[in-house]
Amino acid sequence: MAATTLQTKLAEAREADRAALVGYLPAGFPDVESSIRVIQAMVEGGCDVIEVGLPYSDPMMDGPTIQRAADQALASGTTTDDVFRVVEATAATGAAALVMSYWNPIERFGVERFATELAKAGGAGVITPDLIPEEADEWFAASDQAGLDRIFLVAPSSTDRRLELTTRASSGFVYAASLMGVTGTRTQVADTAATLVRRTREVTAESGLPICVGLGISTASQAAEVAAYADGVIVGAGFCQRILDAPDLETGLIAVRSFAEELAGGVRSR
Amino acid sequence: MSHAQPVPDDRGHYGRFGGRFAPEALIAALDEVEAEWAKAKDDPAFHAEFDELLKSYAGRPSLLTEARNFSQHAGGARILLKREDLNHTGSHKINNVLGQALLTKRMGKTRVIAETGAGQHGVATATACALMGLDCRIYMGEEDTKRQALNVARMELLGAEVVPVTIGSRTLKDAINETFRDWVANVDHTHYLFGTAAGPHPFPKLVRDLHFTVGAEAREQVLELTGKLPDAVAACVGGGSNAIAIFAAFIPDESVALYGFEAGGEGADTGRTAASITAGSHGVFHGARTFVLQDEYGQTLPSHSISAGLDYPAVGPEHAHLADTGRASYEAVTDAEAMEAFRLLCRTEGIIPAIESAHALAGALKLGLRLGPDAVILVNLSGRGDKDVNTAAAYFGLVDSEGQA
Repeated sequence: MAATTLQTKLAEAREADRAALVGYLPAGFPDVESSIRVIQAMVEGGCDVIEVGLPYSDPMMDGPTIQRAADQALASGTTTDDVFRVVEATAATGAAALVMSYWNPIERFGVERFATELAKAGGAGVITPDLIPEEADEWFAASDQAGLDRIFLVAPSSTDRRLELTTRASSGFVYAASLMGVTGTRTQVADTAATLVRRTREVTAESGLPICVGLGISTASQAAEVAAYADGVIVGAGFCQRILDAPDLETGLIAVRSFAEELAGGVRSR
Repeated sequence: MSHAQPVPDDRGHYGRFGGRFAPEALIAALDEVEAEWAKAKDDPAFHAEFDELLKSYAGRPSLLTEARNFSQHAGGARILLKREDLNHTGSHKINNVLGQALLTKRMGKTRVIAETGAGQHGVATATACALMGLDCRIYMGEEDTKRQALNVARMELLGAEVVPVTIGSRTLKDAINETFRDWVANVDHTHYLFGTAAGPHPFPKLVRDLHFTVGAEAREQVLELTGKLPDAVAACVGGGSNAIAIFAAFIPDESVALYGFEAGGEGADTGRTAASITAGSHGVFHGARTFVLQDEYGQTLPSHSISAGLDYPAVGPEHAHLADTGRASYEAVTDAEAMEAFRLLCRTEGIIPAIESAHALAGALKLGLRLGPDAVILVNLSGRGDKDVNTAAAYFGLVDSEGQA
């Protein structure tokens, strides 16, 4: 199977001896057209990969910042079809476009249909925070057929057996949750992050599956710290917060671009 | 204890429903609960302690009361009430919280968190935590904390911390989301004492097992009283814990029809409803595949019921399976029908039921007319109505909107 744009982006970063910068934004936040402009600013600032969030009414794994962003996206009428539009615009920037979604909206849309539409829009894969490999038979088949990467999560509480199972089920990268908790900024990188990445490396030595770290990373120095041992650094709430704080979109775009630039500097100073 | 029940598969699937749609970070904790329950289930010491608590603290076995006057309004069918309303804390919820609190201690955890809608499960959880010396935090939608201020005070009197949830729709489902968020951050020393037979595996099975005694007692009591099994068993269904509690022991008895009565709200076809089997569709919600009230994109729709305890947009996966296989039937009862049955039980039997349980009573009235005067109908009177006096008084115009008589 040909490499996905995600695999290419991560390989390029690895060749340049740096970590990739992965940015998250819910599609439709603050509205569909504006979310496309925010993502463009994230890519201009240096994001290699964009996770386009599918806003969901019950985001069990998200803290207040991303909850607010997703709520706003839903209030502005964002649908699954809009998510594909945002993915298409994201892919057009040259960045790798992923979708991050709770499982129910995908199942409701139709798993196979979702995979087909996403591939057609230029999406490279899907991150599924509440889907574990044991429940993912239909997703395995659909993602294989559409040529999409499957990104599952590992956590500090994952047993060795589950690290093995989950990394074997993943492609593109495996998402290492840096800490036990929900999304949102933290004052420092949890010490569980480095341990989890080291444990995960032990089971990915053969496959070379990249490991990207997310949850709680929101400054250039935190990005640099994580870039020292991870293949990618994932930042979400920090971008959403800048849009929430800005008095208008233009101000927000400037803040997002310069935040991405800072983080891009971070992932290059490992 | 469970030899005669249809057990879910080892990953918690009930046919095509159930399972575990949960973040990886919680899988180890769910595995721990599952393993601890498997051990406790076979441990005579656990059962000795649990049974003693049920007997000398909760007040089990609960009575079976024949509702002779009420039956006159049900075509003469014999209606037998399983009196879970007489348990300590006023509902069936006490069985589950005592069992899970014991389990919490066995796991070496010191803190318990739980969600609550009307406050029944929150009060029960706070009670068990007070008894067993566990720290307790209850998440409750902000709207519900206002409507149920008395229950908030009760929980606080029992030493629990009550946290109003101010995000999303500010109701039960958001309280559950918030409790999961707390759990993932504090799982090393905290147990999520889930209140209904829903959620990710093993909760639906654990909660069902801890409530099994309800149906088992009732089965013996009905046999003793009537010399035969009942023709039908009726229970209200929100998440579905009291219904699975009384159904479970009867599932192998093919002659016994099982009826779950969902909260129809203003009508199952009005969009102002909480009847997830009747008006919902297949989906994944709060950790399990089940029936969900959702829009075409899989976004959860707000539920509506006059009963806060049934005001939930999904249902436990075993009920989804029982509906799917036809072993149980699920019908919607409207707010108005439930309140009429509520008033009827008050006036004819001198028992004020929980509005939740009034849905089962309304269903039993319909069943009686359908099944005829020879029928014996067992109804789970899952809770008492003290908590609902304000709602009912306002509904029947006994007080003004300020609550003044």
